Amino acid sequence: MSLTEYGVTEVTLDQLRSLVSDRAFTGDTMLLNMGPQHPSTHGVLRLLLELDGENVVSCVPDIGFLHTGIEKTCEDKTYVKVIPLTDRMDYLAPLSNNLGYVMAVEKLMGTDVPIRAQYIRVLLCELTRITSHLVWLATHALDIGAMSVFLYCFRERETIMDIFEMVSGQRMMASYFRPGGLWRDLPPGFEETVRQVLKVMPGRIDEYEALLDKNPIWLERTKNIGLISGQDALAWGVSGPSLRGSGVEWDIRKAMPYSCYDQFDFDVPLGHNGDVYDRFLCRIREMRESLRIVKQALDKLPGGPFMTSDRKVAPPPKEELAYSMEALIHHFKLWTEGFKAPEGEVYTSVESPRGEFSCYLNSDGSPKPRRVHFRAPSFANLSALPIMSKNVFVADLVAIAGSIDIVLGDVDR
Amino acid sequence: MQRLYRNNGMAELAQIVEKLKVKFPTAIENVREFRGEVTVQVGPDALVEMAMYLRDDPDCDFNFLSDVSGVDYYPEEPRFGVNYHLLSMKHKQRLRLKVRLKGPNPRVPTVTSVWPGANWFERETFDLFGVTFIGHPDLRRLLLPMDFRGHPLRRDNPTVQEEVQFTHNFDEVDRTKPYAKS
Repeated sequence: MSLTEYGVTEVTLDQLRSLVSDRAFTGDTMLLNMGPQHPSTHGVLRLLLELDGENVVSCVPDIGFLHTGIEKTCEDKTYVKVIPLTDRMDYLAPLSNNLGYVMAVEKLMGTDVPIRAQYIRVLLCELTRITSHLVWLATHALDIGAMSVFLYCFRERETIMDIFEMVSGQRMMASYFRPGGLWRDLPPGFEETVRQVLKVMPGRIDEYEALLDKNPIWLERTKNIGLISGQDALAWGVSGPSLRGSGVEWDIRKAMPYSCYDQFDFDVPLGHNGDVYDRFLCRIREMRESLRIVKQALDKLPGGPFMTSDRKVAPPPKEELAYSMEALIHHFKLWTEGFKAPEGEVYTSVESPRGEFSCYLNSDGSPKPRRVHFRAPSFANLSALPIMSKNVFVADLVAIAGSIDIVLGDVDR
Repeated sequence: MQRLYRNNGMAELAQIVEKLKVKFPTAIENVREFRGEVTVQVGPDALVEMAMYLRDDPDCDFNFLSDVSGVDYYPEEPRFGVNYHLLSMKHKQRLRLKVRLKGPNPRVPTVTSVWPGANWFERETFDLFGVTFIGHPDLRRLLLPMDFRGHPLRRDNPTVQEEVQFTHNFDEVDRTKPYAKS
């Protein structure tokens, strides 16, 4: 039985012809694989490059090397058990993914979330943004050849990772947000630790910016490289700092506030050229704005419950199990069968560090979702890479791929 | 306590739906509202025209395609669904276009001519659900290897492709392996 009888399509020569120029077939240009094992592709991204000397004629991204079938796995799990899977998509911003998913479940269930939980969610998501941007800055600078920034960024990231470990017990895969609130309340000593980070970080961010922004090599490598117009970026579904670098003012936190983002005062940094440098500036400034939000959230942090009292969604407190029969029943039902969601479909979006992270949930009325789909920001941003990398040098391609800040776990899911 | 989602803009969305009903009297199959989200189910033939209208009409202005996702409603019929999540940045609104397609070989026109960014989303849906997007410029598998058989996100596609090999069934499973057949 041949493969085509199974409905399988191979890459044919005709398809290859439509991907690269005719010159590739005459030997005038060279076809070269960049990746999947290449340090500057940030994971396992393969780029099929057509090169005319140092010039990139065409660039065809090939993804899927990290595809783990998360969306299929979700269909076999109850709503709560999906949360740990969301951590593992964009592993540099696990809490943003958690938020996008639990918001979808809450919307589907019609659950209210206590205001304290909302504030803590925003606070932690902004800290996540800073850690994610620090890793981006570190690796992006490393790609272009600035080694020391890498070491500094990881030093600072560690201090924020300690906060995540404090609240959730995990440095990276936090799974801290649950439908209806949080896993547990903040531990003692949380505020002092965050205040310490707030004290140290602004100076450090200035330092990193000074290290790069006054460096002629950095400017030479980033300015007017990887241009994409705002119009093109929108058409190709680019979102996040990569879109704002092109001068499009769109931040879901500001435009369609979710959780309690409407209660914070912050600015949305914009670029105007849409080059690697502007995307760099946007992210650096975003880190400062995130610090502002964290500070406000900490100052205004309200008291009260951290989890909804709706026992259909939230498990009862452990101490109640000792004397309440109903609590025991709820506990048992929630951890075996899970909760049944009404039939319907919802879509929620959050502004993750990379752009618009959305979750589509389709429920058939059973305790397990019929379909879960994640709109991964890196996925859409990466699809615009060929647009940004027209007629650039191979070395610039490295800078461009770094500047759109892809995480392959997010792209492939 | 505070509600997580807000229902503002429902009146505007209702207006858009009314306009659509006037403009496409036969194409709209049904309109649903759930949790403040509006879903317009449309026949596949009118999809591209409606998408174009929704993008270009100043009152709609859905300039951004957030997402395309397939759904398998197995064993319901029509079996497949494709959702297009549209976003209007000017009006700060979202709308879901939905097409329902009969199995087992669903076909729907591509919207890459309206939003080029649909390219990878449609390739992903083709890859995982086997939905053919007619007129797509580069319809190849995206996430799975080129020689993969089947479309794993279909509901009748098993999570486990073959039995796990233990000591007690080692030979039995071994006989089903590709290398045993030659």
